[in-house]
Parts: sequence; structure tokens; C-alpha cells
Amino acid sequence: MSLGNIRQGKLRLQKWYLATSDKERKKMVRELMQVVLARKPKMCSFLEWRDLKVVYKRYASLYFCCAIEGQDNELITLELIHRYVELLDKYFGSVCELDIIFNFEKAYFILDEFLMGGDVQDTSKKSVLKAIEQADLLQEEDESPRSVLEEMGLA
Amino acid sequence: MVAPSLKLQDLIEEIRGAKTQAQEREVIQKECAHIRASFRDGDPVHRHRQLAKLLYVHMLGYPAHFGQMECLKLIASSRFTDKRVGYLGAMLLLDERHDAHLLITNSIKNDLSQGIQPVQGLALCTLSTMGSAEMCRDLAPEVEKLLLQPSPYVRKKAILTAVHMIRKVPELSSVFLPPCVHLLHERHHGILLGTITLITELCERSPAALRHFRKVVPQLVQILRTLVTTGYSTEHSISGVSDPFLQVQILRLLRILGRNHEESSETMNDLLAQVATNTDTSRNAGNAVLFETVLTIMDIRSAAGLRVLAVNILGRFLLNSDRNIRYVALTSLLRLVQSDHSAVQRHRPTVVDCLQETDASLSRRALELSLALVNSSNVRAMMQELQAFLESCPPDLRADCASGILLAAERFAPTKRWHIDTILHVLTTAGTHVRDDAVANLTQLIGGAQELHAYSVRRLYNALAEDISQQPLVQVAAWCIGEYGDLLLEGNCEEIEPLQVDEEEVLALLEKVLQSHMSLPATRGYALTALMKLSTRLQGDNNRIRQVVSIYKSCLDVELQQRAVEYDTLFRKYDHMRAAILEKMPLVERDGPQADEEAKESKAAAQLSEAVPAPTEPQASQLLDLLDLLDGASGDAQHPPPLDPSPGGALVYLLDLPCAPPPPAPIPDLKVFEREGVQLNLSFIRPPENPALLLITATATNSSEGDVTDFICQAAVPKSLQLQMQAPSGNTVPARGGLPITQLFRILNPNKAPVRLKLRLTYNHFHQSVQEIFEVNNLPVESWQ
Repeated sequence: MSLGNIRQGKLRLQKWYLATSDKERKKMVRELMQVVLARKPKMCSFLEWRDLKVVYKRYASLYFCCAIEGQDNELITLELIHRYVELLDKYFGSVCELDIIFNFEKAYFILDEFLMGGDVQDTSKKSVLKAIEQADLLQEEDESPRSVLEEMGLA
Repeated sequence: MVAPSLKLQDLIEEIRGAKTQAQEREVIQKECAHIRASFRDGDPVHRHRQLAKLLYVHMLGYPAHFGQMECLKLIASSRFTDKRVGYLGAMLLLDERHDAHLLITNSIKNDLSQGIQPVQGLALCTLSTMGSAEMCRDLAPEVEKLLLQPSPYVRKKAILTAVHMIRKVPELSSVFLPPCVHLLHERHHGILLGTITLITELCERSPAALRHFRKVVPQLVQILRTLVTTGYSTEHSISGVSDPFLQVQILRLLRILGRNHEESSETMNDLLAQVATNTDTSRNAGNAVLFETVLTIMDIRSAAGLRVLAVNILGRFLLNSDRNIRYVALTSLLRLVQSDHSAVQRHRPTVVDCLQETDASLSRRALELSLALVNSSNVRAMMQELQAFLESCPPDLRADCASGILLAAERFAPTKRWHIDTILHVLTTAGTHVRDDAVANLTQLIGGAQELHAYSVRRLYNALAEDISQQPLVQVAAWCIGEYGDLLLEGNCEEIEPLQVDEEEVLALLEKVLQSHMSLPATRGYALTALMKLSTRLQGDNNRIRQVVSIYKSCLDVELQQRAVEYDTLFRKYDHMRAAILEKMPLVERDGPQADEEAKESKAAAQLSEAVPAPTEPQASQLLDLLDLLDGASGDAQHPPPLDPSPGGALVYLLDLPCAPPPPAPIPDLKVFEREGVQLNLSFIRPPENPALLLITATATNSSEGDVTDFICQAAVPKSLQLQMQAPSGNTVPARGGLPITQLFRILNPNKAPVRLKLRLTYNHFHQSVQEIFEVNNLPVESWQ
């Protein structure tokens, strides 16, 4: 399963759970972008692409796309996408595209707490957000005053 | 030193500030130069920031390979910030294709064992995203240990890492299977979910594991029942449905366990009924669970009543205002229409309504489903709906709709006249979209319905008079007018209003078709032949026809020219035979060779020095008949490979087949390869008339749950032997006993040396690429002695 947000053709995040070459990935992303951006507003959220099914949902200026296999459940994938957006929203406080652009690593960290290898790790929003919080805390503790001084060239 | 390096956010600002692609490239190239320099200097403090920037530009599509080693350094650092970015980098920049990826194995091992949960989490996540087979083998013991840790945070991640490991290294199933039953007793939703995913993966890969886990069906039923009957839980509910993710996953596992197994299916029957009736359907979450329930019910050995319930749920889905729900309903009903035909029939009116959907993917499915629902009792009503749809449907569906209608008409036509009318209507509405064989089919149909000749020719004449642009229609009409022109002029036909047509009008119409720039060469051929036939059907003199034929003797189109010359010769030198040659055609047999036709023609042809005009059958079917004849004559048991990629390959193969009777004593088959349900079997034939020749057929079969794709088999033999491999029948073997791939090897062994083979197989299975190289030394003695 791969996940990506696109907006007028700009990729903001991509997660691959299958080993593919960079070149092949670029090609697939381009293709998928074209297909999804060509969809009209009244169309359903599912389309067939290559030998996969793609579930996509638009939130404001971003499209969230998820490629799943033949036997996967499209409707629960919609819930999955929605859950991820909710997590982003809770974390950033009313998330908008700029948040994801300027904090792209955070978007990845949150995704990695929610999904692993393409499967859901935890179905509790609270639990996922708590894990991110703890990791952020650990990061802050790490960033001791020492590095600030170094940045100023005073160490 | 130079100014301190840009912060990530500042770089992003700068990039976004660039007005053109070229400007952006410039900014990025400049920054990458700084980043490279920083990496070379080995600055540990800012390394994580430099890598973060690099990852950002990588996302925009710029090269970032020089950051790979930096990922390694960051992961090895003791600072959490470094590790966080380093692992992210590893997931984005490294994969099993890069040699560098193995170098993080040690760091992961250390991080997994040092007990800081967020760090363990990072390591596990990275391992499950990009861990190669070697890494998985190395780290399996560590992950196994973590499965037993007290902290649910780490355990749930370890379980999902195990899922990935099994995908990469199937042998690790033996390591991760034992803990599963115990893990199912956990209360933590994340652990439960992971465990069920793990069990599902194990069962899909191994029939033995599947049998093993059937014993947990009662437990799974209990877990699901508890979920469904528990009230609202803030932590796990979505729209009033308790943990739909977990419910769906359990249902999916139940499906796999209940498939083809009476006992398990029995055990889950009541629960499925309960979920099907009690789940809240007002929002997507509930419908997602309901959908999965339906899929499970239809796939296991469920009671008949439950199946009908499931189909009815899908029928209700069709009426849902949510387009997505209608979509999954249509897709599922399509899968069920063969096995549960009468249950799906009940929803036919709703399905037909869906033809009006504005979303093309829905209307396409509605069309497919509608066509599948046509049967002898509803054919008239359905055809009416479908014809109406044909008139207004979007262009990309027109061809499928037209051919679907024609097919259904062929199968279920209540009367021949109705059938002819239907085809006529399709040709007039969507003539350009019908398949090539529609013309042949219609001419045959009309030819065989003697009582309707008069009716057909009149209707076709009227249609042609109105519009000569739709080529299939024009071709059929021309043929018909040529054959039954006499009936056209008779004037009386009870079926439709009397039509007064005189000979000149008919000839003028055919000439119009001949001359029109809209007519394809084939069409003009039909028209010319029709004109010629009319020379014996009409009463008047044939001057006009002779004139037209004469003109076309110098036509630039070679086919027309030849016909015209032949017809002209018929008038001049063989006028006494003209009537016999242009007699009404006998009914053409569709499947066998056109024996009658050819016999009749060849009798007359024996006396002509030039070739007789060929029967008006499309070229393609003649080629097929040729292959049919060859196949019949060879009498060999082997089935020729369909859809051979190399041109002429099929013919070459057929000609190569030994035409002798089957060999005396069959040589036993040999199984040479097995992995996860994929098997390769060799069977042997030694044609008696050529003792040096050994024919080996390699057959690849697949009993697993996953398809095998891109299957390639290569072989080598010792120098004293000669090997020739034919193209395989295909390169895909579908799951669960799908159509096998066969491939023929021809080995010449004049010295009767012991035959040995080295085989190399490559294929994709469960989304992993597999390569196996092995020798086969134990071929049966009868294959070479």
C-alpha cells in the first residue's frame, strides 16, 4: 500500500511498502497523479489502476491516495485515510497544507505510528498521539542548550 | 567559517519562493552543494538538519543518493533527534537494492535491545518498511524476543514486523507461528489487530498453518461477538461502530478459515448473521464492516438463508445515496452473479436504474451486471432497457454495450425475427462500434431464417436508403439485397407495410454505396457482388449492371478490380453458367470448414480457368478454420499454447507436433520444485519414430492464495545434449489452482547419455520476487536409455 498527497501535481508525502526502484516510483507517481487529478468531483472514491485499486479522498487542496490489493476492503480504507487526516488535524491543530509542507517529517512520524508495513498498528487515536508526544518530548530533551551555543559559533 | 547552514523551514521557504522551475533548481543545487560539503566535513551536530533538507528536496524529485551513508551515521548516533531523521532517511533512501542497506542491521539490532521504547519503535518500523530478506533473517531472534515484552507499544510493532519478515522469508513462519495463539488472548486492540494480521498472513501462505489455525475460530467468533455487543467506547469507536478496523480484520480471517470448511463455517454462521443485521448502516464505518461481512458470507460454506441475506444487503447498498457504497455493491454483485444468480436477479430493477449513473465507473459496472442478468424470461424487457441505454450512453461504453446486446440476443432470442430486429437496431444505433464478426453473424442468421428473408431484405433496404454511412449495416444490407433482391421487388410481405420499389431504385442505391467515399473497400466489394447477383434476380435487362462492372475493371483497388474482371468474364464468356454460380447461397456452417460452400463452388470452378469469386466471409475466420483443420488432423493430446507472443509461433508448434500415435509405455512424471504452494512438474514423452528425441513438458501449478506472475523458466543441459525450448503458454499462474503454465523442452540425446537439467526459475509471488536455481539429476531412466 502506498500513500501520497498531491495538489496540482506536487507531491507532499509518499510512503512505499514495496521495494521498487526510484525511477519506477517516479513513473508510478506521475501516472497516478494524472489519473487522480482527472477525476471529476461527482465521481466515486475508487478507481482501478494497473493491477491495484486506488482509494482517494480530497481534503481541501490535498488528495490522499492509497493503493490497495484486489482482496482489500475499499470502504475501510476510506476510514483509514480519514483516521490519518484526523491524527494530523489533532497534532497540528486544524491542519492545513502548509503544516504538512513545512513539517513533512512530522507527517511521516505520525504515519509511522499509525501504519506499519501497510497495516494498521493501533486503532486508538489517543494511543497514537500519545506515542508521538512522547517521541517529541524525547527529542526536546535531546536538544540540549549545547547545540544552540554551537549554532551561534560559541562552542 | 561560512554563514551557518539554512534551517529546514528556511530552505522550504526559499524553494517555494522560486518563481520558475529553473530558479528552484538553482536554489536546490546550491543548497545541495552545501549539504554535500557538510557531509564531507563530517559535522555531527547539524547532520540531522542537513539530511532533513536533503529528504525534502528528494521528495521534490531531486537526487539524494549521497545522503545514504549519512543515514547510517545518524542511526548509529545516540541522540534521539538523529535517530529519528536517520531512520526516516533510511526508509526513504535505502532499500534492498543498495548494498548500504545491510549496514544498518547492526544499529537496528542494538536499538532493538537497549530498551528505550521510542527508539525500539523506530527500529521496528524501519525494519518492516525496508528490511530485506537477509536483514530479516538476522534480526528475527530480536523481534521474537520483543513479542513477549510487557509493553504493548513495542509488542504491537514487533508483531507487524513479524508479518513483514514472513513476507520476505517464508521459512520464518515456523518462528512466528507458535506465539500467535497466546497473543490472541490479549485485550489490547493494537496487539489483537496485529496478531490477526499475522495469522492471516501465515494462513495465506501455508495450508498447514491454515489447518492449524482453524481451531481458533471459536475464539475469533467470541472476540468479534464481544466487540459487537459492547457499547460505545470513546477510544475505539467510529460513528458508533466498535473498532471497525479490528472487526474487518477478524472477518477477513474468518473468511479464510471458513472457506471450503463446513465445520468452521457452521461455527461462524450465527455471528455473521448477527453482525449483518445489527451493524449501524448510517455511516461509512458501519457499511465497511457490513461489506466485509457480506464478502465473508459469500465465500464460506454458509447456509442458504444467510447467502440471500448477504445479497439483499448488497441490494440495499445499491439504493444508498453514497456513491462509494453503490460502487462496492455493483462490484460484489458482479462477482456473485454466476454463483447466486436467482438471488441477484431479485435486484435487477435497481441494477438497471444504475445504468443512469453519471460516474462512468459505476455505469460500466451496471452495464456488465445488467448483461449478466439477462435470461430467457426477461430478455425482451432487458433488451429494451439496454437498447435505450445504447442510444444515450457515453462513447467509451458503446462498444461493450453493443457487443453485450448482440451476445445476449444470440443466447436468448425468443424469435428469429426479434433477433434480426435487435441486431438491426444495434447496427443503426452504434454501427461503428460493433465487432467485426457482427456482419458475419447477421448474414448467417438471416440466411438461416428462410421465412424471414423477405422481411429482412425490406427492413435492410429501408435502413440503407436512409443512411449509407454505418459500414456494418451497409455490408449486411448489400449482401441481403444481393441475395434476396427478387423478394424485395415482389411487393408483398405481411410483416411490414407494403413497399413499392423498382429495379432502377435498387440498382441506384447499390451504385451509390459503391461510389460513396464513406464506404470501406470491403463494403464496396459487398456492393459489387450484390449488383452482380441481382443480374440473375431481376427481370429487366442487365445493361446497367454490365456497365458498372465494366467501369470497375480499371478500378485502382486491386480487390475490386479482380472481382470486376471476373464478373465481366462471367457475362462475356460464361453467361450460360452465370445463373448457377450466382444462385442463392446455402446455409454456411459456422464452426466446421465451409465444406458445402467450397464443394459447390469448386464444381463450377473446375471448368473456369480463373479463380471463382471467394465467398463473402471475413478473412479472419478462414485463418481460424485453417488452424482447426490442422489441429484435427494431428490428433495429438498436447494443447497448443494460446496467445503465443511470437508471430507464427502457434503454427510452427502445431506443425512440429508428432503426428504418430501416442508412445507405448508412459514415463512417470517427476516433481522437481515446490515452494509455498508453487510446484513445477515434468512429464516425458519419447516419440517412437525418433529415439534420440525427448519431449519434456514443464507444468507450473499454484495451490497457494497468491497469484504467481512474471514466471520465467530457463534450462540448461550437459554439453552432449541439445536443448530447444518452446515459448511458454503464459507467465501467470492464478492462485488456488488457477490455469497452469506449460512449456515444452525438446532434448536431442543421440548418445543416450543420462539426462540432467539445471533449471532457473524467476517469478513474483506474494509481491516478492523469487529466484530459484537447482539441478535435476533424478530423471527416470526411461527418459534417456
